[in-house]
Amino acid sequence: MGEVDLSKFSLLTTKLNDAIGWARKYSIFQYPFVTACCGMEYMSVACAHYDIDRFGAGFPRFSPRQADVLFVVGTVSHKLAPILKKVYDQMCEPKWVVAFGVCTCTGGFYDNYATVMGIDTIIPVDVYIPGCPPRPENVLDGLMKLQEKIQKQKQEIV
Amino acid sequence: MLTDVIKSRFPNIVTQACVDRVDNFIVIKREGIKDIASALRDDPQFDFNLLMDLFGVDYLHWEEKALRFEVIYNLYSLRKKHRLFIKAPVPEEDPSIDSVALVWPAADWYEREAWDMFGVRFKGHPNLKRILMYEEFQGHPLRKDYPYNFRQPLVGPKN
Repeated sequence: MGEVDLSKFSLLTTKLNDAIGWARKYSIFQYPFVTACCGMEYMSVACAHYDIDRFGAGFPRFSPRQADVLFVVGTVSHKLAPILKKVYDQMCEPKWVVAFGVCTCTGGFYDNYATVMGIDTIIPVDVYIPGCPPRPENVLDGLMKLQEKIQKQKQEIV
Repeated sequence: MLTDVIKSRFPNIVTQACVDRVDNFIVIKREGIKDIASALRDDPQFDFNLLMDLFGVDYLHWEEKALRFEVIYNLYSLRKKHRLFIKAPVPEEDPSIDSVALVWPAADWYEREAWDMFGVRFKGHPNLKRILMYEEFQGHPLRKDYPYNFRQPLVGPKN
């Protein structure tokens, strides 16, 4: 039996891709890596007022092995950087990273011996949510942008 | 006045004593810190049973200061409700002073912090190692001659 010519099934495969993307974007298991004051805003988003569960992301897992999206919430120092890298490496594919707050995006107003100038120097980042701290609406906007990105990308099935 | 009493009690240790508004300050020779600390804690007249704070200062750009570093102790008496600041100047060529961790156990982490940030060595400290920075870090970041944005990352680029 030779190889299957997938081009004959292009309709089927794109629809499958869309279906998996739809399933993945509405079942985000997040790992909140909360280090600083942005955590308050994250809690506000997660609680009833803004309710991140409406977007299918209401289930934080506190083990990186069970999470899809790493939320890095708050300033990351050079002492903490190896731990963040380790947490990222422990997550299973497919995985995404959200930089929450301006400190994780660029280092923010910190320019000193202790602070990492943006977590994208250590791990790849999919969505940046700036703000000090970002408003909950801003976070939801970032989450929806992440969902768009998940929907559009090619779905690897491992 | 509290500062006058202390100065007359320890004339060989205390070099200056003053009151600024409500705060009592004494400046001492660094060799005498252990003696004066245990005496201030145990003497019922002073009864300084609480070490509220201990920190270092770097006076690198202060021309009027003969010695570069200073270690400042903030003492408080819970029963007598009075407060005292002790300043101990420390020279740059030998930045060390006796530890008071055995007088007030609270000094343990404060002294580790002062060592970590300013490089002041506390002689007789039971476990003098870095408390805030990582062991691989070179130098002492709050010294005025440490470049403020010189980073020593453990992973990732030097940005």
